[in-house]
Amino acid sequence: MEQTLKISKIKDGTVIDHIAAGKALKVLSILKIDEKSNNYSVSIGIRVPSSKMSYKDVIKIENRNLEKFEVDKISLIAPDASISIVKDYEVTQKYTVELPARIVGIVKCHNANCITNVKEPVSSEFTLVSKKPLVIRCNFCERNMSEREILGSL
Amino acid sequence: MLKNRSIVSIDDVSQSELEDIFKKADEMSEHLKQGKPLKILDGKIMATFFYEPSTRTRLSFESSMNRLGGSVISVSEAKSSSVAKGETLADTVRMAEGYSDIIVIRHPMEGAAKLAARFSSKPIINAGDGSGQHPTQTIMDLYTIRKELGGINGKTITMVGDLRYGRTVHSLLLALTNYDVKVNLISPEILKIPDHIISRLPKDFNVNVSADFDNALEETDVLYVTRIQKERFTDQNEYLSVIGSYSITPETVEKMKEKSIIMHPLPRIDEISPDVDTSPNAAYFRQASNGVPVRMALISMILG
Ligand SMILES: Nc1ncnc2c1ncn2[C@@H]1O[C@H](COP(=O)(O)OP(=O)(O)OP(=O)(O)O)[C@@H](O)[C@H]1O
Ligand SMILES: [Mg+2]
Ligand SMILES: [Zn+2]
Repeated sequence: MEQTLKISKIKDGTVIDHIAAGKALKVLSILKIDEKSNNYSVSIGIRVPSSKMSYKDVIKIENRNLEKFEVDKISLIAPDASISIVKDYEVTQKYTVELPARIVGIVKCHNANCITNVKEPVSSEFTLVSKKPLVIRCNFCERNMSEREILGSL
Repeated sequence: MLKNRSIVSIDDVSQSELEDIFKKADEMSEHLKQGKPLKILDGKIMATFFYEPSTRTRLSFESSMNRLGGSVISVSEAKSSSVAKGETLADTVRMAEGYSDIIVIRHPMEGAAKLAARFSSKPIINAGDGSGQHPTQTIMDLYTIRKELGGINGKTITMVGDLRYGRTVHSLLLALTNYDVKVNLISPEILKIPDHIISRLPKDFNVNVSADFDNALEETDVLYVTRIQKERFTDQNEYLSVIGSYSITPETVEKMKEKSIIMHPLPRIDEISPDVDTSPNAAYFRQASNGVPVRMALISMILG
């Protein structure tokens, strides 16, 4: 068994692995784990040694599936994260998150004077400009948002 | 082909389409000179929505449409009528498309024209969205440089004044990245070009963001002056000192090349001394008069 698996196994649920070290809490916050009264338990590893990325964060959530918009948000926080679906203690599905070329409805435009920030029937919408460093551009006001601004608006 | 297309951003127009617009604008200038009435857009209606005050742009659009034989309907105070009733821009546009063939919008928020274009089946022309784009002004600026100096490539353009809030300089600067030009930017610290514009310039674009005014003048082909608004300054003395060091006088013109031109989107306040107006280098009124043929060209290509 791999040495990073220090936390007890889950029966059914989701593992978010290879999160950039230190970003796990941000990922948890967008999953709103703390908000709803829920029946899933969460284990978090922060700065665990990893062969692939020297240090990484990992989150394991029992009885919880991720929605597409949640995976998209995770890709903005931790673009190298991998998601594993666990069924009956076994990994049944595994994929790496991918920054979408169009980012719709998950980031609020940082420009307060952008038309998407007032009562109009549209979702926010951005185009991916660059992965490293992360830059996205609002398809309405054309302003760029940096990683710091994006993390503040998720 | 520009037919039935919205023009929201200068990026919506390709280089070859720009050339087509320039040629068409030359034709329109000829028609205007000869005073020949045109019937190209007979029966077509333009709706204009100005959510922000404008004299020049609005008159220029309305004049252009009338000159082409079309007609114009407009809301005199778009702001007070629909916004006050809480109607969204999306709804206003979907109402207006039933009444018109083309819609012109000026709005105080960035992205407004883009949003309008999403909801309209009729073409939208952005006549200015907040501190965002003003593509027809940019096309007319490029047209002016081409007409006055015979071309745009190889020229040195120096932009001076309010580079922070002036949307015309933002649009023009981005459009100039498609040409082989040098750009000098000159402004007081508080009116510096915003980072969100600089970050959109290509890495190899020849721009000097902190140019020295006197040095720049010597090599300048186009001096693009913008309005410095008193309201931007909390301290009136600071405004006066800024105006003092950035205003264009006959002495400024002396330092410039013989064939160079001075442009200004107008209205000017104190940035250009009236003594400069009679200089052959003063191109700002010619620039303003290019607004009509350029808009005639664009509208006729969209609706033609
Ligand atoms: N039953 C389980 N309970 C909790 N975590 C599990 C369970 N099964 C697998 N995992 C975790 O899910 C992730 C993916 O599992 P897998 O066995 O594919 O990992 P791996 O061999 O470490 O591969 P890699 O690190 O390349 O993604 C790992 O972080 C692993 O620790
Ligand atoms: Mg592993
Ligand atoms: Zn925006």
